[in-house]
Amino acid sequence: MALQIAATPAASEGDGSTYDPDLERIEISLLLEGVYRHYGFDFRSYAFASIRRRLWKRIEAEGLATISELQAHILHDPPMMEKLLLDLSINVTAMFRDPSFYRAFREHVIPLLRTYPFIRLWHAGCATGEEVYSMAILLQEEGLYDRSRIYATDINEVVLRKAKEGIFPLDRMQEYTENYIAAGGKRAFSDYYVARYDGALFSPGLTKNVVFSLHNLVTDRSFAEFNVILCRNVMIYFDKALQGKVHGLFYESLAQFGILVLGSKESLRFSSCEDKYDQINGPEKIFRKAR
Amino acid sequence: MTASASIIVVGASWGGLAALSRLLGSLPDDFGVPVAVVQHRSKNADALLASLLQDVTGLRVVDVEDKEALEPRSVYIAPANYHMLVDWGHLTLTTDPLVRFSRPSIDVTFMSAADTYMTSTIGVVLTGANDDGSRGLRHIVNRGGRAVIQSPESAESRTMPEAARIAVPEADVLPLDEIAAHLTSMVSAAQAKPHVRAV
Repeated sequence: MALQIAATPAASEGDGSTYDPDLERIEISLLLEGVYRHYGFDFRSYAFASIRRRLWKRIEAEGLATISELQAHILHDPPMMEKLLLDLSINVTAMFRDPSFYRAFREHVIPLLRTYPFIRLWHAGCATGEEVYSMAILLQEEGLYDRSRIYATDINEVVLRKAKEGIFPLDRMQEYTENYIAAGGKRAFSDYYVARYDGALFSPGLTKNVVFSLHNLVTDRSFAEFNVILCRNVMIYFDKALQGKVHGLFYESLAQFGILVLGSKESLRFSSCEDKYDQINGPEKIFRKAR
Repeated sequence: MTASASIIVVGASWGGLAALSRLLGSLPDDFGVPVAVVQHRSKNADALLASLLQDVTGLRVVDVEDKEALEPRSVYIAPANYHMLVDWGHLTLTTDPLVRFSRPSIDVTFMSAADTYMTSTIGVVLTGANDDGSRGLRHIVNRGGRAVIQSPESAESRTMPEAARIAVPEADVLPLDEIAAHLTSMVSAAQAKPHVRAV
């Protein structure tokens, strides 16, 4: 594969003659097998096209030429594995991403949650925590935060540490403020953070009922029974077989009438769980465990 | 003629809705190759684009969800605020960072198509006011696929086709109204080998 992003159009080397997609598939599967057996991280069932793209971005950043070359570095140089772990496991997100989802959640899910004495939410694949803080803000504004506990999990320690800190880039606050307003926010967004150096430090009160914890959706099991599971734009990085397996895990982990939330372009259509849920809001991908 | 076409990827930006309507509206209803479309739009745009395009074509227009299967007689619209990657027989979405200010990025979709379907990829760059698509189109040709560019004179915004033409001098450059017929002939010529297409 040629230079992905950095390539200047004129600098094409006519590499069609040397590129062999079948060989590349073998190289990628060997690399992922090596990573799994040596470091224990299992990316073997990740979506091929997106993992290929991320691997090539790392190869270019390191000035390497092939996946096999990257494999040698990763297996012999643990800091390179740390870089790759970030490459492969960080899912980019934003506070109140898809504002219409938060509106729908307020409208359709909050009334159900009001009927519970205690609410357990699982934010699976929380990355750097933007959506966890968003949900904490929403629950606080709806008067439900004090009887809620949010379990925010990720496979990556580095991003969990960031999530715990609650410091987000100041230059994104304008975008997040717009999202917050569009999401039906009830206060001034700036009430929730103080500007500090070049970061916005979010109120520690927002995480007093949040438990940040390592959890691997690929290899770990269920750890509690939840009223709400949020997993938005995490499983898009998995292949269909792994998606099916994780759907099984979520189904097992949901209480009766528990709520499952997926990303706005994710679907139960391709899983075997579709008939086990009722649709609460189609476009916003909010489902309720029905049977 | 190269190997049979397996996918057509189309990129459009400024002026794209009108151009896509003309292009898709002129493809035959039995068009046998899936068409994946990347149109730049605002990050909170909804499925309106797909429904507008559905009004002009007999092909099935799909607002793509993750792992959507690729089928003939279908047009796949990249959703707002996601990159859309082509994989064997399906599409996969990512929320990876913007590429040159865009998500969806035309380059990202084109490159993934070329790396998957190699010589049976056709890339089409339409109107637009930036240079997204030119790297991806170059990559398609490097992989042995074929390139089509809307002639800048027939484009509402000529920047994107011009950038693509510089990057891919060997591309077929055609007025908008001739692109559908050109794609149809490329596809039917290639598909005539395995079986004769119904008229």
